[in-house]
Amino acid sequence: MKSSCWNDQNGLFLPEMSLDFMPVERLKQVQLQRLQATVSLAYEKVPLFRSRMDEKKVKPSDIKSLKDIALIPFTMKKDLRDTYPYGLFAAEMKQVVRLHASSGTTGKPIVVGYTREDMEVWSQVVKRGLLATGYTKDDIVQNFYGYGLFTGGLGVHGGLEALGAAVIPVSGGNTERQIMIMKDFEVTAIAGTPSYFVRIIDVAERMGIDLRTLKIKRGLFGAEPWSDGMRDYIEERSGIKAYDIYGLSEIIGPGVGCECECQNGIHIFEDHFYPEIIDPETLEPLPDGQEGELVISTLSKQAMPILRYRTRDITAIENTPCSCGRTIRRIKRIGRRSDDMFIIRGVNVFPSQIETALLRAEKALPHYQIVLDRKNHLDTVEVKVEVSRDMMSDSMSDMDALNKRFSHSIEQILGISVLVTLCEPGSLPRSEGKAKRVIDNRTQGGSL
Amino acid sequence: MKIPQISIFVSNRPGRLHAVCKSLADADINLLSLTLADSGEFGLIRIIVSNPEKAVEVLSESGIVATVTDVIACEVSALKGGLAKLLSTPAGSLQIDYMYAYPTCNQKEIAIMILRFRDPDEAISLLEKAGVQLLSRKELLV
Repeated sequence: MKSSCWNDQNGLFLPEMSLDFMPVERLKQVQLQRLQATVSLAYEKVPLFRSRMDEKKVKPSDIKSLKDIALIPFTMKKDLRDTYPYGLFAAEMKQVVRLHASSGTTGKPIVVGYTREDMEVWSQVVKRGLLATGYTKDDIVQNFYGYGLFTGGLGVHGGLEALGAAVIPVSGGNTERQIMIMKDFEVTAIAGTPSYFVRIIDVAERMGIDLRTLKIKRGLFGAEPWSDGMRDYIEERSGIKAYDIYGLSEIIGPGVGCECECQNGIHIFEDHFYPEIIDPETLEPLPDGQEGELVISTLSKQAMPILRYRTRDITAIENTPCSCGRTIRRIKRIGRRSDDMFIIRGVNVFPSQIETALLRAEKALPHYQIVLDRKNHLDTVEVKVEVSRDMMSDSMSDMDALNKRFSHSIEQILGISVLVTLCEPGSLPRSEGKAKRVIDNRTQGGSL
Repeated sequence: MKIPQISIFVSNRPGRLHAVCKSLADADINLLSLTLADSGEFGLIRIIVSNPEKAVEVLSESGIVATVTDVIACEVSALKGGLAKLLSTPAGSLQIDYMYAYPTCNQKEIAIMILRFRDPDEAISLLEKAGVQLLSRKELLV
């Protein structure tokens, strides 16, 4: 049953949900007004934005229509690093009530800040995502996103509290305890990274617990790209509905967009985040429907307005009506990120292609990692795959055959030969519940 | 007549064999036989133990991947030609995935071979017809 703003499941009018159904013309007015305010704020308070706009001789008053956003220079992740920690803040620290940071695995972390209003917006957009995917205040929700500096845990937590659900802030890790809580606390819904939930499914099966017999109905998953195959796998093995929530810390955290119960794309909360698609090579804006890099501008952020942030996520805007009736546009689910892509012997490869190949070979989704190396001037790809009990056999020839099925399936999709190494479960590293899919050991000078 | 054998998947890294043995030892499980097949990157440890059900549980709890397969224990003559004679029976032409000798301390004339047939049921009926002495789980434990 689809919920709508006029007649939701409680028969109550929910103002924040009605924003998803705003008439398009009204939405565009709101966007333009907020964009103008955001550009002015960024220009006045943030030296980097001012100097970039001055260079291009653009003034905030030049933004007369939504199309004029194309005049504004892009913001990159590097800009957030270069201005570490507070260089892009538009608010004074006394207005800031929350700070988060990235894990900083590639150098200095990036730091993001929120005013009280920003926090309010954040919890409201997550709440809208929860409502769109059928969560209610009666749910008991286990949140296994990592709590802490990472925006995932506390971001989703805020939305769940705003909704009025009973939140279990379990954070990531200790898989057996997660399963015990799911069962004993009679959990009805969950949230976390999809790769970690796949691990939970495996461990539960090992413990002899069938997740399908528990009370969990739905799960919200995000913080890393996950394929449709992975969704099918999760839904089949755990008996829940799996929904995609999209977000990134640079913009706000989880809640930039979220699927609805139709599961056919991620609705962007456009009244707060303005999406564009550009050609990553020419940087020219692309029309709706065409695939390219997602660029987002914040429309209401006070502490840290961000203009035209290049997300590196590859997707397309879908402006066809969604059967849920929401007027806010959708993007296709993110299958790949342009910076996840690696070039091996001249072939562009995305980790999601390897995932598809593994699923095709074994109808199972093992944890995997791709290791790139260079030996005698030749690039090599090693795909390390964790072996589960279902895949294992006592016969060496069966294990060899398993290995060959994986490598053959990958080679068919990529067109290059790879070395597949079978390894023990739990032996590949995971950070914050997020899977680290690619390790590049090639000693190339310079990077993209 | 089928004997439950536990096969364990381990990465070929120092200390892994110890981790397996220690978790079994801590649970008071006695190893009756052990063989190791390796392929460079990983190995398969095959063991027959005093309490296979508990062993699988214990290994599983330590996050070690293990499966149980049925193998057959055959008595053969420890004298010359004993194994050749066993394999000359009709069962010898079935698909055998692997085999190994089961340690016996006090037998000079009888050896015990563990065989893993693709189709254990067919193997058992052929072996019994050929008059080969098969050992039960209980007999192995003695």
